[in-house]
Amino acid sequence: MQTDSDTRTHRRPAGPARALRKDRTSLTSLKRDPLVRGLGVASAVLGVPQVTRPGEFARGVGVEDEPRNRLATTAVGVRDLVAAAGLLGRPHPAWLWCRVGGDVMDLTMLARALRTQDGGRTRRTALATAATAAITATDVYAAVTRTRGITTLELTSSTTVAKPPGEVYGLWRQLDRLPTFMAHLDEVRVTGPRTSHWKATAPFGTTVEWDAETTEDVSGERIAWRSREGADIDNSGEVRFVRAPGGRGTEIHVTLRYGLPAGPLGKVVARYFGEEPSQQLDDDLRRFKQVIETGEVVRSEGAPTGKRARGEFPQRPARPLTEDELREALS
Amino acid sequence: MKAACWMGPDTVEVQDVPDPSILNDRDAIVRVTSTAICGSDLHLLQGYVPTMQKGDVLGHEFMGEVVEVGPGVDSDTLRAGDRVVVPFPIACGSCLACQSELYSCCENTNPNAGIAEKVFGHPVAGIYGYSHLTGGFAGGQAEYARVPFADVNPVKVDSGLTDEQVLFLSDILPTGYMGAEMCDIRDGDVVAVWGAGAVGQFAMDSARVLGADTVIAIDKETYRLDMAAEQGYITVNLEEEDVRSALLELTGGRGPDKCIDAVGLEATHGAPHIRLYDKVKQTVRAESDRPHALRQAILSCRSGGVVSVIGAYGGLIDKFPAGAWMNRSLTLRAGQCHVQRYLGPLLGRIEQGELDPTRVITHTLPLTDAPRAYDLFKNKEDNCEKVVLTP
Repeated sequence: MQTDSDTRTHRRPAGPARALRKDRTSLTSLKRDPLVRGLGVASAVLGVPQVTRPGEFARGVGVEDEPRNRLATTAVGVRDLVAAAGLLGRPHPAWLWCRVGGDVMDLTMLARALRTQDGGRTRRTALATAATAAITATDVYAAVTRTRGITTLELTSSTTVAKPPGEVYGLWRQLDRLPTFMAHLDEVRVTGPRTSHWKATAPFGTTVEWDAETTEDVSGERIAWRSREGADIDNSGEVRFVRAPGGRGTEIHVTLRYGLPAGPLGKVVARYFGEEPSQQLDDDLRRFKQVIETGEVVRSEGAPTGKRARGEFPQRPARPLTEDELREALS
Repeated sequence: MKAACWMGPDTVEVQDVPDPSILNDRDAIVRVTSTAICGSDLHLLQGYVPTMQKGDVLGHEFMGEVVEVGPGVDSDTLRAGDRVVVPFPIACGSCLACQSELYSCCENTNPNAGIAEKVFGHPVAGIYGYSHLTGGFAGGQAEYARVPFADVNPVKVDSGLTDEQVLFLSDILPTGYMGAEMCDIRDGDVVAVWGAGAVGQFAMDSARVLGADTVIAIDKETYRLDMAAEQGYITVNLEEEDVRSALLELTGGRGPDKCIDAVGLEATHGAPHIRLYDKVKQTVRAESDRPHALRQAILSCRSGGVVSVIGAYGGLIDKFPAGAWMNRSLTLRAGQCHVQRYLGPLLGRIEQGELDPTRVITHTLPLTDAPRAYDLFKNKEDNCEKVVLTP
């Protein structure tokens, strides 16, 4: 997984902050990607004659040289040129997906032409259709493979707790206690001096697991980790403990980075189903604060399940629980 | 047990609900002996505070006897049998806010902090029976209530004082007192109080106790103004005279030195067209609160004076007179009361007879009459000033 080094030197705002960071390295590598460049050039080569000689191009693929068809050909040409400019100038998977969309459009038009025409022209149209299908396959392949892992979801959040850095570090260092306040963690098992095994609930009720190794561990200051080879989700993170000014305790600054399995689309879909990652990190930190400052995660009648509440709305009404609800909530 | 439940706008029902149970180690369960309806409960009742849910148990002013404590409560601090008054903001006692005595801004007691933060910028403390924005805690207008962080919140009270004398330590007495305290009252100060409900009355009493020269009560309900007049306060009826002119007349043109807004988000205005304007904006959600009292307080206050806000606001207001505030060097202070800060000192003042909280009680009804009690209070029927409910 690609991870950027954190080069920000400015002081972050006190409140929770988050970012979906574009992974620049990957975007730059798209620029040198032969397949992406090849598709860009192909787009340009096909686009130019469609715009300059629409009539002849239409006849070439076996379509009648009518004003309507000429106009459509020009439009398709312009579209291809825009895609070419995008792929060669500012490569991004979105351009590849644009091409896929365009291909589908072309195939539809060609299929319609095949149905309505007769005679020798059919052969030319059929050839054009076969060529377009091949291009479509290439575009789909490029779009799917180049989209994967293109974005790293980086989440940052911070809070201040009224305890000295050593004590805060100490609680965080007990990795097996993290699941008591971090909503998505089911289990963390320490497997060695610098290694641990993590089990977490992912969106749509799935479970993901990974082995992690501690990459940095400075007592009272900083812990950093990253997942090892073979993780279900590539991830890494760090937490820094900074003494707050004027006896205000300890600032906790957390950064988490995830390689998203389905790119930005995955994030949008997850959010739609109420799995807002940055909100979860903020809430996790709030519960960490509750645990270290008050001893446990605070429950109310409306949100009686502690870490499982996840800010669900609507909640159950703010009234005492029945015995069954109580057993369920405290389980 | 029986509990007063919010069942939708303008609908309160007394229902049978399960008895409360310990959810956190530092909880206690209190058998409620007296509880009251607060003016801010009316904001909830009428649906002006978002995140109410059908079935929520209401009430944040209550007291009673401890019947059970969680394993995390030290028996030297609190034990079954103790008689306690419970402050309405739930404080943890450990966070930076609590350490600075800003209990109603406690950073830990609101499980729905993520939502509160979106409305208020930063989260606020949990409050009993006061919407899910403040945590979704079951309220105290019930036979029993769960009290979180029981080792730091409730104040123990000797049996020498009646429920009526100490019940209002839970909210309205310290709220009124904090309103006066934020005024930083000096010798010769004229203090004007918008709203002669129970909180306003206690703000007036507190202003006098803290050394105000003159106290002025502003309201439109004659019976509430009469109640203030009985205590020797000057009254201004906003429906009968222009408030600003009256205040100028009463202060030799200076304006009151200190102004207290004990009205909050459902203020009414003397002029019907302005009343209508804000009502329309509030109805279409172009503003959530009607700030007449606040506007008037800012415009009336003398230059360099203090405007102290203890009336509840929930969201956004329109036409805030920022020019008056800035150009005339006004100080604007506000807060949900940090009740725990005042429990000891005010208990002392009650014991010494300096403050008499019982004077605002006009109705005492059984808890089962809660729907009628809400109606009386909301419609200001039968000269209703403050209702105490007894389970």
